[in-house]
Amino acid sequence: MDVLLLGFMVVTAIAVVRLRQLFAVVMLTGLFSLLSAGVFVAMDAVDVAFTEAAVGAGISTLLMLGCLALTTSSEKSVRHRTVPALLAITLTGACLVYGTLDLPDFGSPAAPAYNHVAPRYIHDSPREVGLPNIVTSVLASYRGYDTLGEVTVVFTAGVAVLLLLGGGLRRSEGDGDS
Amino acid sequence: MRHHLVLRVVAKLLLPCILLFALYTQFHGDYGPGGGFQAGVIFATGFILYGLIYGVENLSKVAPPGLVQGVAATGVLLYGGVGIAGILRGGRFLDYSVLLHNPIAGQHLGILLIELGVGMTVASVMITLFFAFTRP
Repeated sequence: MDVLLLGFMVVTAIAVVRLRQLFAVVMLTGLFSLLSAGVFVAMDAVDVAFTEAAVGAGISTLLMLGCLALTTSSEKSVRHRTVPALLAITLTGACLVYGTLDLPDFGSPAAPAYNHVAPRYIHDSPREVGLPNIVTSVLASYRGYDTLGEVTVVFTAGVAVLLLLGGGLRRSEGDGDS
Repeated sequence: MRHHLVLRVVAKLLLPCILLFALYTQFHGDYGPGGGFQAGVIFATGFILYGLIYGVENLSKVAPPGLVQGVAATGVLLYGGVGIAGILRGGRFLDYSVLLHNPIAGQHLGILLIELGVGMTVASVMITLFFAFTRP
């Protein structure tokens, strides 16, 4: 199942690189997000999969289509191929693969991520927070400060887009600090 | 999109389902997968679908851009306000246990409110982005 999904993802990625019609490319990147959501479901990370499906396959596809409407729908063809770029990409990719060799095995109980604060969350959150979904407890309560930062980032990004593209309103927005 | 009858009818059928599913995701995040981020995005998708099918002019009648931007700021303020409320009631910043007499009920209320803030901000920012990208 994993191999099938990952294989589809590789095929989609190659198609994205080869195609010149940006409309099809946007559709394929949406498909790529949907496939990665499938991979997350196969790894039992349903919250992440849900987010990937809603954000990656849903809204970013829509926003990319909006961008296409603003710009143009076919890519300019590049004739020359540069060897240094290929070398840089290969080197970076090799470094990344080398980095993954040190990672603990998938689902290994000895992984540092499972031995730091995770046991406390799993053990104490029913008593301290009382939500059945521990992911929500961690995101909203234990790491509420992080999530506040994320919301502020989303808000700031929206304000930045308004400033750059012009939202039509001349009134300036208030800042996002709280 | 005046002549796309099939698209218009299907969109009209889908819209209530999308918005209802967004609300379900928002308020059921405590019990299953979901939460403010996903709910906000799905909610915004409903509005953007309306805008794509029926035109940006009609969408700006349903959701005036100024109001949407205000909601985006209100969401962040609601989140921060819950944190400040925790301080005022004698706890620490974003400590929900002191919001009500029962710590568990306080946690539930705090998480409900901040997820609502997240959903409001995310949905409004996404709709704002759509307005910004489709304005001629």
